[in-house]
Amino acid sequence: MPNYTLHINGKEKSVSADADTPLLWILRDELNLVGTKFGCGIAQCGACTVHIDGVATRSCQLQVSILDGVKITTIEGLSDDGKHPVQEAWAAIDVPQCGYCQAGQIMTASAFLAENKNPSEEEIRAAMHGNICRCASYNRIEKAVKVAAEKMA
Amino acid sequence: MKSKINTNFSRRNFLKTSVLAGGGMLIGFNLLTACKKDAVMPVDIKNLNFNDFNAYIKISDEGYVTIYSTNPEIGQGVKTSMPMIIAEELDVDWSKVNVEQAALDTKNFKRQVAGGSQSIRASWDILRQTGATAKQMLVNAAAAKWKVDASTLKASKGIITNAKGDKIGYGEVVKEAALLEVPENITLKDIKDFTIVGNDAKNVDLNKIITGKPLFGLDYKAGNVLIASVLRPPAFGQKLVSFDDTNAKAVHGVSDVIKFGNKIAVLASSTWAAMKGKKALTAQWKDKKLESTENHDKILTKILDGKKLNVRREDGNVKQAFANADKVIERTYHSPFLPHNCLEPMNFYADVTADKVHLVGPIQTPQWTVNRVAKLLKRKTEDIHCEMTRMGGGFGRRLYGDFALEAAEISSLANKPVKVVYSREDDMTAGRYKPSVKYRIAASLKDGKVTGYHLKEAAINGNMYGLIPNFFPAGCIPNLKIETGNYKSNITTGAWRAPYTNFLAYAEQSFFDELAVELNVDAIQLRLDLLQNVKNTTDKRIEYSGQRMEDTIRLVKEKGNWGKTPEGVYQGFAAYYSHNTHVAEIAEIVLKDGFPVIKKVTAAVDCGVVVNPTGAMNQVQGGVLDGIGHAMYADFSFKNGKPDANNFDRYRLIRMQETPKVEVHFVQNNLSPTGLGEPGLPPAGGAVANAIHAALGKRLYKQPFIKDLQKSSVLG
Repeated sequence: MPNYTLHINGKEKSVSADADTPLLWILRDELNLVGTKFGCGIAQCGACTVHIDGVATRSCQLQVSILDGVKITTIEGLSDDGKHPVQEAWAAIDVPQCGYCQAGQIMTASAFLAENKNPSEEEIRAAMHGNICRCASYNRIEKAVKVAAEKMA
Repeated sequence: MKSKINTNFSRRNFLKTSVLAGGGMLIGFNLLTACKKDAVMPVDIKNLNFNDFNAYIKISDEGYVTIYSTNPEIGQGVKTSMPMIIAEELDVDWSKVNVEQAALDTKNFKRQVAGGSQSIRASWDILRQTGATAKQMLVNAAAAKWKVDASTLKASKGIITNAKGDKIGYGEVVKEAALLEVPENITLKDIKDFTIVGNDAKNVDLNKIITGKPLFGLDYKAGNVLIASVLRPPAFGQKLVSFDDTNAKAVHGVSDVIKFGNKIAVLASSTWAAMKGKKALTAQWKDKKLESTENHDKILTKILDGKKLNVRREDGNVKQAFANADKVIERTYHSPFLPHNCLEPMNFYADVTADKVHLVGPIQTPQWTVNRVAKLLKRKTEDIHCEMTRMGGGFGRRLYGDFALEAAEISSLANKPVKVVYSREDDMTAGRYKPSVKYRIAASLKDGKVTGYHLKEAAINGNMYGLIPNFFPAGCIPNLKIETGNYKSNITTGAWRAPYTNFLAYAEQSFFDELAVELNVDAIQLRLDLLQNVKNTTDKRIEYSGQRMEDTIRLVKEKGNWGKTPEGVYQGFAAYYSHNTHVAEIAEIVLKDGFPVIKKVTAAVDCGVVVNPTGAMNQVQGGVLDGIGHAMYADFSFKNGKPDANNFDRYRLIRMQETPKVEVHFVQNNLSPTGLGEPGLPPAGGAVANAIHAALGKRLYKQPFIKDLQKSSVLG
């Protein structure tokens, strides 16, 4: 099996894996970074969202072999101890129900707010539309993104 | 109002205390009325005898309290709300309370199941008494230390104070308290003095969730576990004939291929390798009896047309009421099968060895699972230990431990620890679906009144459970008949969030909306008028309260500004009692290019004492949006035994841009709390359907609504 060096959460990690292995399973099975979740495997639900050079990306569709030279950030590396403004907003509003989708929601929201400092309600709803919350905590996700945007502005 | 106290059991028998070797006091209690009298409490928390007690409170020397939450957490919030009740009566600072999921499998528990929104309701009295008993023991210990009468002491927020003003922390008297007799006489707090219950508490796992810590079944790791990906029959009604695993075994990382029953498991060192290995299998299947939605549709209609229905409730004389009517209205409603689609796919860990069986995973019914695994592997239940993880959603799917049985069987055959992991496709196509159901509802109208009501249900596999025929409108209409019939299918079905009422409420509440139009009365007024008839009922079978339903409806009418919306905003109303909770909802829609857009839902809820307002609001908001999402979009049909969707590209779940704002109001009272995981859902579909009628003049008789709306001319 080939070896790959990945830049994850500010550290270099070496993994040995088949070239077609999705980043999702490298993170979960090889590197023990299980915050990134498996939901659908076809980039439809957003549970596996990570940042690739700051852009929210579905890790279930990213083969390990094409990640040379990119910076990968997962929920574990978003901040030290949950101190990112998006995480703080999520905590303040008590967003999660079952909680399974929330790491993906937070990764989508944090990448979005890094690009759009003053989003409208419609922009927030459009940005978060790709992430499914099966418990339908959508009202609170929307509110938390708004609160985080105000904090980050 | 004084809450009802169950006094038919001895506290000595349900509660035991012990000094912990590592320091502190351990209180074990049983949610069942009696536990073994000779039970010896263990001194090491790791070696607890779970067959004797099923819930524990640990108070450390420093006064920190750990409550082991007994009921499975599926997102409904009991891991937070149940400990809140204990902490309230124990009278400790909530910030000093730590909650952990207890790993339990016992013969003696009262109800270690998450389902039916019953966790809180079933445990309220016992949780309160346990907290209060523990507090009394601590107070008694302080009294002995100070050599004063216990009645002269006060305890609050973990501190006991005597008449002189001396203070002592709970942690300082735990050792002495643990050795005292369990007191028989305790006083519960007055509900108005509550400081924890009724105040917002954050989800106890909040920090772990938002920082991505391991928490869920899929996150569970253990030593050299092999991941199992299972190939099941692609269609319901197929049997495995033969298979070829040459290519599967060639996949790097695949170590074993094991046939068990009608399925084949591919075991590998990683999830990706297991999934790839499964895809590389080729198998031949024999068709036995393949069923299709098209055929089900005809069968269900035939059941409704036929005479072989079971009468579930009959009041008065429906036949005569219909014969004497000015007008009879009859409508038929249809809903498809629905998969649960928990976002965390089914998974389970099993390590079957010669002397024990270790199971870990997300399961709503640990007891059932242990019993079934024992039977399957011919083992004693005492040798099986089942740990529950947090669950990435349940919705009823994790009541069925089929995936745990698979893990146990594969581990037993492979002689290795195994974790079964479903892909989304596995999860959606090997489901326990909400059954497809049809309702035919007819009503007789005479002199401006509803005189008769006849509801027939035709369902796949199962029918509405026993209590539902005694929900609204039973007791409100003098002549009433509820009948059911079913067809046995080989497509597996099961409980799905708010079983039966999830769809029945929409059909019925949509029907009453039509009756209101027909009678030319306001939709809310029609319900309120009907409810007057049930208020003084002597019929013990009636499940709901006419008064509580009326109060709930009046609250939503006021908060939702019923009938007072600006032009272009259309409202729809629905109310429903289920799972012991009364809920009323008003949906508001506007039209955008002729298409209905749901902007807001106002909900009023009577669930008794609201234990955790934030958690309660979350449950109702989620339930309402879940109800709307499935009523609007969810479609799932079968052709030749095979589901027509297997992932979220074909199966539509509600997403952010389709969600209205949900405003939740609670009826204030001091009645014992009832559950909230389900009751918010059933009225939502009806409220939306009725609002769409208000806007478009179009009635919706089929779920998902989107199909009829897209066909409708308003969309061009």
